[in-house]
Amino acid sequence: MNERNNNADTKKSPLGDLGVAIIKTNQLIKRFPMGKGEFTALKGIDLEFGTGEFAGLIGPSGSGKTTLLNILGSLDSPSDGEAIVLGQSVSKLSAKGAARLRKESLGFIFQSYNLLQVHTVFENVEFPLLLLNYTAAERKKMVMDALEWVGLTDKVKSKPPKLSGGECQRVAIARAMVKRPSLVLADEPTANLDAANSHNILKTMETLNRELKTTFLFATHDEKVIGYLKRKIFMKDGLVDHEEIVNN
Amino acid sequence: MIKFLIKGLLRDKSRSRIPVMVVAIGVMLTVFMHAFVTGYMGDTIEMNARFTHGHLKVMTTAYADEMNQMPNDLALLEVDELKSNLKQMFSDVDWSPRIQFGGLVDVPDANGETRSQGPAFGMALDFLSPESKEAERLNIEKTLVRGTLIKEPQQALLSEKFAQNLGVNPGDEFTLIGSTMNGSMAFYTFKVAGTITFGVEQMDRGALLVDINDAQFALDMDNAAGELIGFLPGGFYDNGLAVEKASEFNEAYANVDDPYAPVMKTLGQQGTMGQYVALVDVWTIYISMVFVFAMALVLWNAGLLGALRRYGEFGIRLAMGEEKRHVFNTLIYEAIVIGVLGSLVGTGFGLLFSWLMQTYGIDMSAMLEGATMMMPSEIKARITPATYYIGFIPGLLSTVIGAALAGFGIYKRKTSQLFKELEA
Repeated sequence: MNERNNNADTKKSPLGDLGVAIIKTNQLIKRFPMGKGEFTALKGIDLEFGTGEFAGLIGPSGSGKTTLLNILGSLDSPSDGEAIVLGQSVSKLSAKGAARLRKESLGFIFQSYNLLQVHTVFENVEFPLLLLNYTAAERKKMVMDALEWVGLTDKVKSKPPKLSGGECQRVAIARAMVKRPSLVLADEPTANLDAANSHNILKTMETLNRELKTTFLFATHDEKVIGYLKRKIFMKDGLVDHEEIVNN
Repeated sequence: MIKFLIKGLLRDKSRSRIPVMVVAIGVMLTVFMHAFVTGYMGDTIEMNARFTHGHLKVMTTAYADEMNQMPNDLALLEVDELKSNLKQMFSDVDWSPRIQFGGLVDVPDANGETRSQGPAFGMALDFLSPESKEAERLNIEKTLVRGTLIKEPQQALLSEKFAQNLGVNPGDEFTLIGSTMNGSMAFYTFKVAGTITFGVEQMDRGALLVDINDAQFALDMDNAAGELIGFLPGGFYDNGLAVEKASEFNEAYANVDDPYAPVMKTLGQQGTMGQYVALVDVWTIYISMVFVFAMALVLWNAGLLGALRRYGEFGIRLAMGEEKRHVFNTLIYEAIVIGVLGSLVGTGFGLLFSWLMQTYGIDMSAMLEGATMMMPSEIKARITPATYYIGFIPGLLSTVIGAALAGFGIYKRKTSQLFKELEA
């Protein structure tokens, strides 16, 4: 860590040389109804991420990082302002359009893995490809490739309840990566893992980022994850507080 | 994709086997209860049909007008020919002539003097024709206390209590003192073949059963009978079918100018039976609908809860890029499959238990001893066409509606909200 940028107004990705901007937010605001009033989770976020970034939204609970991640993943919509993901404005997307964006271009990794418990490792990883109508042969090759990236080719027929936490999160990574998305959004991916498993998972994601040029955006407050990030965006009370860039 | 969903459905027993079992149990109870209520409510009608009214009854117009008095002077003549015509017209209906009569039973002592006497309510049935089903219809063999059934002419059956009061036993003789259809006095000697108990005070007080040929001879009713009673195929009263047949017969035979012209009445057209049939129909529908509604609520909730607990799974599928409409549609298809399977299994078992109850019934005669009104001594279910489909109302409709209601939540919630429910 050799550069510190305390300018909260930073809009352009400092790693813009890695590629074109795939995420751009402009005065992004999100309000939630609360009792008779409302709670503002995001108070005007201006951010930009380029292709191939390994970045993270860092902050305590309630800082707005998961809300921002949900909007960028088109799982939620902004109350005001704009969020452009892969050239598409999230607020203008229809439900069908949002589903298409998620299906074709986004991968998700969650804190509690969110695997389909009755399906095998192979079937869990295969699921996004079923939605994209790949042939059985194509699916098989792509799933096996993804499982090889995360080192789980020997667990193809296992079901999630038989796997350890680390293995479950590896399956979730394989599922997120199998369709080679442009952007992977990871919400507290190591929160349920021990230190050794956390490092293994993060190394795997770092390798995939480097080799496949996939953009990873984390929401976290875990020091282990923060240590791997190349760009750290610190959030506080629904605003970007400051950023840090790590140069290798 | 379909294969993927079917795998999930089959592997997750809380999504497949348990809901199918819950639906099957609910449907089975609905089907059985419907058959039971239909049978129980209809049994009183059937009992009246067997003993007095028949499903259809042919009488002279004049006899029909004073039916309660059993006026044998207004009886049908040339009954054999009429019965043969009826068989041609309605080959599926079983016809039997009957004579109801009153009289005095006189029991002689060794010297031929009167030892005891008692008023009798007499019924003459066809006991001796090989094709006759009358003894079976009135369940006479089961009600036999002593002796045998009527096996030859001039034999009679007395109710056990009546026989005890008169002091007669099987093998003893008695004389029936009555009146012929022409109004003359009639005397006819019978031998007691056996004694019977109907389990109904009214009947057991003074019942006398004799063969129709003996009654015709004793009462001077050669080839005549008070009534020709018809029973519909299947052994159950069907008001619509009965009315249809009665109309057809009356169109061909009724003659307003001839008081002795035959007329056909359905069970519902005799006395207050019409009101009772209507009451039974309405109550059967009410009771069945209350049960169907209760089961529908249970299965609706089962469908609703089954889908609600899957919001997390829906969240994952939506995050992967599946469309809300596709998730909703698959939920409904699953509910249809579960509803159809559960309804088929439930209806199968419900029909099986209903059939057992219809065939064997539950004997209640011990509990009805001393009853002063005619009630069926056996509780039986009755399978009707509605029994085959009534279970599908709660089984299929409610399951699908419950799942659909839960499915609407997918549209109402943001995908991120579904995740919160998953993470919770």
